[in-house]
Amino acid sequence: MSSGLNFLRCLVPAAALCAALALGTQAAQAQEKVLRAVLHADVRVIDPIWTTQTIANIHGMLVYDTLFGNDANMQPKPQMVDKYDISADKLVYTFTLRAGLKFSDGSAVTTKDVIASLRRWGAKDGVGIRLFTFVDKLEAVDDKAFRLTLTKPYGMVLESLGKTNSSVAAIMREQEAKTDPQQQVKESIGSGPFMFAKDQWVPGSKAVYLKNPHYVPRPGNEPPSSFAGSKIAGVDRIELVWISDSQTAMSALINGEIDFYENPSIDFLPILEKSRNVKLMKTGDLDSTHGMIRLNHLHPPFNNVKARQAMYYLINQEDFLRAIVGDPEYYRVCHGLITCGAPLASDAGSQWFKEYNPKKALQLLKEAGYKGEPITVLAATDHNTITPATQVLIQAMRDAGINLDVQSMDWGSVVSRRAKKEPPAQGGWHIFVTTTGGVGSANPVLHTWLGAACDKGLFGWPCDEKIEALRNEFAFAQTDDEKKRIARDLQARAMEQVVYIPFGQWTTPLAYRSDRLQGIVPNTGLVVLWGITKK
Amino acid sequence: MTAYILRRLLATLPVMAVVAVFVFFLLRIAPGDPAAIIAGEDATREAIEAVRAKLGLDRPILEQFALWLWRLAQGDLGVSIFSNLPVTRLIGQRLEPTVALTLSTLLVAVALAIPIGVVAAWQVRKLADRLVMIFAVLGFAVPGFLAAYVLIYIFAVQLQWLPVQGYRPIAEGLWPFVEGLILPSVALGVTYMALIARITRASMLEVLSQDYIRTANSKGLATRRVLLLHALKNAAVPIVTVIGIGIALLISGVVITETVFNIPGLGRLTVDAVLKRDYPIVQGLILVFAAVKVLVNLVIDISYAFLDPRIRY
Repeated sequence: MSSGLNFLRCLVPAAALCAALALGTQAAQAQEKVLRAVLHADVRVIDPIWTTQTIANIHGMLVYDTLFGNDANMQPKPQMVDKYDISADKLVYTFTLRAGLKFSDGSAVTTKDVIASLRRWGAKDGVGIRLFTFVDKLEAVDDKAFRLTLTKPYGMVLESLGKTNSSVAAIMREQEAKTDPQQQVKESIGSGPFMFAKDQWVPGSKAVYLKNPHYVPRPGNEPPSSFAGSKIAGVDRIELVWISDSQTAMSALINGEIDFYENPSIDFLPILEKSRNVKLMKTGDLDSTHGMIRLNHLHPPFNNVKARQAMYYLINQEDFLRAIVGDPEYYRVCHGLITCGAPLASDAGSQWFKEYNPKKALQLLKEAGYKGEPITVLAATDHNTITPATQVLIQAMRDAGINLDVQSMDWGSVVSRRAKKEPPAQGGWHIFVTTTGGVGSANPVLHTWLGAACDKGLFGWPCDEKIEALRNEFAFAQTDDEKKRIARDLQARAMEQVVYIPFGQWTTPLAYRSDRLQGIVPNTGLVVLWGITKK
Repeated sequence: MTAYILRRLLATLPVMAVVAVFVFFLLRIAPGDPAAIIAGEDATREAIEAVRAKLGLDRPILEQFALWLWRLAQGDLGVSIFSNLPVTRLIGQRLEPTVALTLSTLLVAVALAIPIGVVAAWQVRKLADRLVMIFAVLGFAVPGFLAAYVLIYIFAVQLQWLPVQGYRPIAEGLWPFVEGLILPSVALGVTYMALIARITRASMLEVLSQDYIRTANSKGLATRRVLLLHALKNAAVPIVTVIGIGIALLISGVVITETVFNIPGLGRLTVDAVLKRDYPIVQGLILVFAAVKVLVNLVIDISYAFLDPRIRY
């Protein structure tokens, strides 16, 4: 008994101490302005160069800064760069960094860091690789200035450095930037508006970012516009909370447990619209998602362009969009491959979407040599948009009388299997459905799914010299009119060759607590969390 | 008894070895490729191959297995393919929420289910018994996630008495810790309570029909004394067995409950790791779950000897 009493005597002060500590911690946290946000995925990778995952780029843009930032109109604006000069022959770019730039550990940003970071990005990212094929020299002038010399007058240097999709050209410390691009960096220390609290990171649950005391925003308090403008941290701390269940995330927003929800399920939008203190913000065409049906160009019947073109007769975009989104306010029919609503959008090639006619589709397939062999469709079962879109496609193909071999699997398995070039009967595939983002799709060079580089291209491996030549030509175009003309020709050719079949374009609004947050910036590719203030 | 415990502990080694072999090879047989997920949507086949090579996933499978076993023998569960953090750290981060949720569910379920099971047996075929049986049937029939959403809607969204989601460690205060566990424990515990209540009722009914209970009643002992001291103790063996089996149910149940209530526990870690094909985490977790299951069975077996003096090891 006495030992029990002794235990209790020890326990009571310990509990009191714990309670006091907890109260102290809570009081300190109460004074902090904390933005709790639920994004579309959880932060599992802290290296935006190692992976192209969007969430890793969002992490990257909180922690790292970039030389340029593309604004909401996709125009590159200087970020870390103070001034720059382009030679008359457009072969030599000289950049000078802003004064006083520091990493979050207090060390100065120098051209050694910048050059090492650009080299790593240029060895891994698709757009970076393309840029670096034209780079002759990348050298420091001094600690603050560096020079990029090209072999040809590549026209997309600044857009590439400021791009907001895929892997952003993040500037890291030299020691991390020297990491093999095929390996993930171990530390995430940048010169961006926030710093990553690695010790508080619980992968799959929470990633914490603290205001970077060493960050130097662009002068002039320019309002944020996508990645351009002054990146002023409006809160002391950002917690990216991962709530995988969309209904729970919606309830947490209504209950005030989170402040910001990047992509609420379309099904729940009517509930959120009626909720007090919750506002929805439409994000626009450039932040849209595009649906794509990818055919395998390596194997019959889709190694024949006639068979690929026959598939247009099975596509009624409204059917897909109603299944995925439902509310026409959030979708639009888009018969182009370049983002509808973007400056380079056109109606070139839209004549392929003549009518929905399954019988005609089958007849054309037969004319192209299809004899009723099973068509292998990779059907994801766990994706909120790809799964219903695949089901609509499957139904259309069944209506046409096409013999299908539907391979149902989770999205992770689709991602793995689509890389297989083997014939469908030996573990390969004929068709899979996927999506891509509006910012990347708005530019023929950034839009990697538009490529037709045969073996070196993306899954499906379309192969067309003319398409590749047009993409290269676009990269060297000097005027907007020239770019528009090339983009139009490119889209027409790509639709004729059926690099993929588009099935529409849709957006998901941002949802946030209007009673607490101000300064929300509409997304243009990636969510922007700097500039947001909390009451 | 000591010899028995040692024998049983030694017997866990081959069990764990079999689990290790199965989990390693089943994961490799399953479709999916972490390298493709890491490389991202726009990655070419070559880029995926490069990531796979750096992760060592292109090596012969037996070589990968030998390397994993060698590290395992040294207590190293490896590092996550995605976050690059040690699996032991990731499991450690997630242990407290799952243990807290499991124990609170166990506590709520046992504390409520055994009394209502006893009452049902005592009041057999009367109103109380019928109500308990209705609850038991509903408890089995209603899926845990549905109960969870209903509870969230009523107690969190409408009444705003409790939080919708999340977990606060006990270090942040007792009430924040408890309030975050109430709804998940109830949602997770409903099926478990139904199971224990039914088994308690059935076991008690069998014991209550025994001669020695009739003797105790005829001696004029108080009903409470007969039920709790004479009947319940003798009915305890099947109840304890079900509680043990239920722990396995809880392990599978936390996966859903942790997802719905956004509790960063081992269940969610498992699901996320499986979906992302993060092999080292899945392997580590399955081993941990298997070890827990083996140990729980051992504890249950040992408890028989204390509950029933006729059982000797």
